[in-house]
Amino acid sequence: MFTIILQRLAMGVFILFGVSILITIGVEALSGDVCSAILGQAAEPSTVAACQAQLGIDRPVHIRYVEWLGNILQGDMGTSLANDREVSEQIGKRLGNTLYLAVTTSIFAVPIGILLGVIAALYRNSFIDHTISTTTLSTIASPEFFVAYVLMAIFAVNLGWLPAISNVDSSMGFWERLEVSALPVMTLAMVTVAHMMRMTRASIVSLLASPYIEMAKLKGLKPSRIIVKHALPNAWSPIIQVIVLNLAYMIVGVVVIEVVFVYPGLGALIVDAVLNRDLPVIQGTAMVFAAAYVLLFLLADILSTLANPRLRHRR
Amino acid sequence: MSEKLLEVKDLLIEADIDGVWTPIVNSLSMTLERGEILGLIGESGAGKSTFGLTALGYAKPGCRIVSGSIKLDGVELAGKPDAELRDIRGNKVAYVAQSAAASFNPAHTLEEQFAESPVQHGKMKMSEARKRSIEIFRQLDLPDPEHIGERYPHQVSGGQLQRAMTAMALGSDPDIIIFDEPTTALDVTTQIEVLGAIKEAIKLRNVAAIYISHDLAVVAQMADRIMVLRYGDLIEEGDAREMLANPREPYTQQLLNVRTVRESRYDHDKEDIQLKVENVTARYPGTLSDVLTNINLEIVKGKTIAVVGESGSGKSTLARVITGLLPPSQGSVKFNDRILTPTLKARPKEDLQKIQMIYQMADVAMNPRHKIKDIIGRPVEFYLGITGQEREQRVLELLQQIEMPEDYADRYPAQLSGGQKQRVCIARALAAEPELIICDEVTSALDQLVAEGILDLLLNLQKELNVSYLFITHDLAVVKAISDEIVVMYQGRVVEQGTKAEILEPPYVPYTELLLSSVPEMDPDWLDDLVDRRKRGEAPTAESIAS
Amino acid sequence: MNHLIAIWNDLNTSARIGFGIVAFFAFCAIFAPWLAPYGESEVVGDVWEPIGGAFILGTDQIGRDLLTRLIFGARNTMALAIVSTTVSFTMGAVLGFVAATMGGRVDQLLSRMVDVVISIPTLIASLIILSAVGTATPTLVLVIGIIYAMPVFRIARAVAIDIEVMDYVEAARLRGEGLWWLMSKEILPNALTPLAAEFGLRFCFVFLLIASLSFLGLGLQPPLADWGAMVRGNADGIAWGFLHPLLPAACIAALTIGINLLIDRWVYKASGLRDDQ
Repeated sequence: MFTIILQRLAMGVFILFGVSILITIGVEALSGDVCSAILGQAAEPSTVAACQAQLGIDRPVHIRYVEWLGNILQGDMGTSLANDREVSEQIGKRLGNTLYLAVTTSIFAVPIGILLGVIAALYRNSFIDHTISTTTLSTIASPEFFVAYVLMAIFAVNLGWLPAISNVDSSMGFWERLEVSALPVMTLAMVTVAHMMRMTRASIVSLLASPYIEMAKLKGLKPSRIIVKHALPNAWSPIIQVIVLNLAYMIVGVVVIEVVFVYPGLGALIVDAVLNRDLPVIQGTAMVFAAAYVLLFLLADILSTLANPRLRHRR
Repeated sequence: MSEKLLEVKDLLIEADIDGVWTPIVNSLSMTLERGEILGLIGESGAGKSTFGLTALGYAKPGCRIVSGSIKLDGVELAGKPDAELRDIRGNKVAYVAQSAAASFNPAHTLEEQFAESPVQHGKMKMSEARKRSIEIFRQLDLPDPEHIGERYPHQVSGGQLQRAMTAMALGSDPDIIIFDEPTTALDVTTQIEVLGAIKEAIKLRNVAAIYISHDLAVVAQMADRIMVLRYGDLIEEGDAREMLANPREPYTQQLLNVRTVRESRYDHDKEDIQLKVENVTARYPGTLSDVLTNINLEIVKGKTIAVVGESGSGKSTLARVITGLLPPSQGSVKFNDRILTPTLKARPKEDLQKIQMIYQMADVAMNPRHKIKDIIGRPVEFYLGITGQEREQRVLELLQQIEMPEDYADRYPAQLSGGQKQRVCIARALAAEPELIICDEVTSALDQLVAEGILDLLLNLQKELNVSYLFITHDLAVVKAISDEIVVMYQGRVVEQGTKAEILEPPYVPYTELLLSSVPEMDPDWLDDLVDRRKRGEAPTAESIAS
Repeated sequence: MNHLIAIWNDLNTSARIGFGIVAFFAFCAIFAPWLAPYGESEVVGDVWEPIGGAFILGTDQIGRDLLTRLIFGARNTMALAIVSTTVSFTMGAVLGFVAATMGGRVDQLLSRMVDVVISIPTLIASLIILSAVGTATPTLVLVIGIIYAMPVFRIARAVAIDIEVMDYVEAARLRGEGLWWLMSKEILPNALTPLAAEFGLRFCFVFLLIASLSFLGLGLQPPLADWGAMVRGNADGIAWGFLHPLLPAACIAALTIGINLLIDRWVYKASGLRDDQ
């Protein structure tokens, strides 16, 4: 079983390399524009060339890639073109904010989502199930910004309970920070609960159709015991996958929500950087996002392997 | 006690088939006395499983009990809510399912699952249950009974798991055990051990049993009384020995006669050798051990050679080597004295045409989106270059040959029965005008009577077209019925080969003797005799072979 | 016709609601020029005129009639989404089938490549690429099409492999049939149902992506009406209590919910789940 895990890890590293190359290529395509954007369209070619030389983007791609790679492994992601600050410093701060959102959301959303999913599965096709399923469907099918604006309209504009703009900063205390971040957290939570509920429900429903569950019924066991002793131990593997994959979803969902609420997180950073053609920031941020994605998928894989009873006890 | 243990009267059960509630058990009745074993026998669709489960007051998902009474020890079960039925399930009435592997929870050990019923029903504490598990595991002949309970289901073999499931059923000391096709999925040699162990254990504890199976010979070994079911109706019921000796109904007689041997037309003439497998050794890419070792085989034109073996013998792999799906690592295959290119992709069309294959599961062997006429017509066009009107004509001729009406040409496979599907597969093979047809377990998935029909068809076609068959099977009854020559395989090697007469008569090679002796016969004393002989060392067992 | 009636009868209530929603929007999209009261970019009134006043749904941040913009938005966004989904499907399905049928190194190579590309979150990838190559409509179609071809590849490959292990495919191989026959005659007809359901789902994802991109400023460019861009453009109004941006956002939500309701039924049927007890 450990060989499987090692293989997955190796695959993860390989993918990260591939991703870094892709990102570099993507950014390379962007870099043609940087100097023209900074100097304006009418700039002299020689000025543009000088600008390129200064930024170091006149050198061939593969050399820049290797240099960038070496730097990144030492923690240095370069300097922002927009404001001359260290990219890694900016990313660090923003990442902290985004993680705050993700963690706060998870604390509520994960248990609620799983619980709702289990209930819906147990009472499937009943009124409860239909209600839960329809509500979550609406949340999932809507774009994040819709949910965001609706919540903003209700809580910020109409009721005035929470601020519409969530510019958190490090000076804030625990409660103030929570209040200011409340709306983005609520939005992210709604979407996450919806996803988790659906995925959990699907796994449990398929689990309940297993022959050993029928066998447990035929042994005359109480339904509560069947759920706890027979279904649950086999449900951990799929549920863990659901949790980790949803963390991955959150990473992408976060971008739009941060923009709507002007929350200073990683998502807002990359959107700004893209619009400003701030290459080092784009490269660094994209890499962080991709790395998080890859690592989370890897974690989901490994954890569900570990949780699978058949693989835990070998012949 | 004059009161019967189980009394079922006029039970009507319906199933939801494509949105319509259709009766699958038509007002059947059964009785069961204490300590009696009742055999429920029938082909697929007879309703035997559904009927047997009612002793638990249980209807499978998609089924419902419409009317009738089920009395267990005088207490009515029909119409009772699940909460009340839980008291008797796993307690007074226990169930042994067909697939032990699927019915055991992979997350718990064998002894935990054994102990669950008796402990949950309040009959004993966990420590007592553990002791009891060791005792019953020993009774069922499980290896290392003191420690096997600590294992997880996927850590023991199929036959052991089936016995463990029986042990689990015995655990709560039930009045009735329902056995639902418990040995169907096992190899013939494993089946014997499980049957012997089960019979001994239930006789010892005077437990009543309902034994459900499609195999009359197996039921004959276990049951005191037999009920023959067909499409939800009762055909015949009576004492087991009497029914086997004097079956009253024609259907019962048909079931009994299913294993008649056909005359051997073989004259030992070695001239026309069509296929020659020489010193073939093969393994699947990326694996560490050979699946086939040093196989030598010859097929004579127009004759049938049966390759017999159990799971793991390599017989299906042999077919893959011959057809080119798996190139051998050593040796070669010659067809009409020419070496065949080892890889399928490199073979010319003419070679591919001459060897055709028919599969075990006809449902999966035909593309569900193609019409019958296209399934049969494609080889006609592909190999013989015949198109249009002529091709259609050819398809109709082939339909005639397989004894199916012309209008079936426009149907889809889903609209055909199991036997009809297999016939179409035969027609597809014939359409290529082959010289050799490989039949890979072609009757194993069919009901016995339907299988008879297919075997008859194949033999007639052979007489007409002088085509040879390589017949792969694990079923010795089939081998006895149709083969001219037999090859016995075990774990990738040829154990014995020769004419039917040579192989099926003594003296025997030990493995062949084990195989032959493991095939259940219609004689009710057969199982007891065999178990006795094995104990005395007069008949081989799986352990004695392995050494 | 009978076939269509049979399909309708087959659907349950929620699927019918879904069908109704989708049909409604499709109708608006197709007949937009005749349905809309004003021109697509015509300024007709004051900024943010109230909903329910002179203009049924009010006006947007420049003074254009919101109802008109919504109708044309349906047309533009749906058209873009359908074309992109079709592009992604064609690429993804063909490659997926090839990988499944040829197996071996070809499969390994394609799968690894897709694994790498798919590891970059969709939104991030689109952001980067689109800001590099610009947002002309054909470019949008191509970029989104290629990005979504990756998950389609995975699914098409999985579906094809499930079919490919069936004996009837092996029987065709044994006959000597070539790659083209195997893919088109043996695998494809059996893959249509799961792929059709998947098409609907992908359409939703594509649609949402376009909406999000437009919202971030990288989708269809003005003056083209586009629901996502309309949300962005009208967003500032929320602070003053103008609920206009909720209208295009609600339309996006409604359409995706509609498709999901419809697809849910098909996916349920295709997987043959037994749902009682």
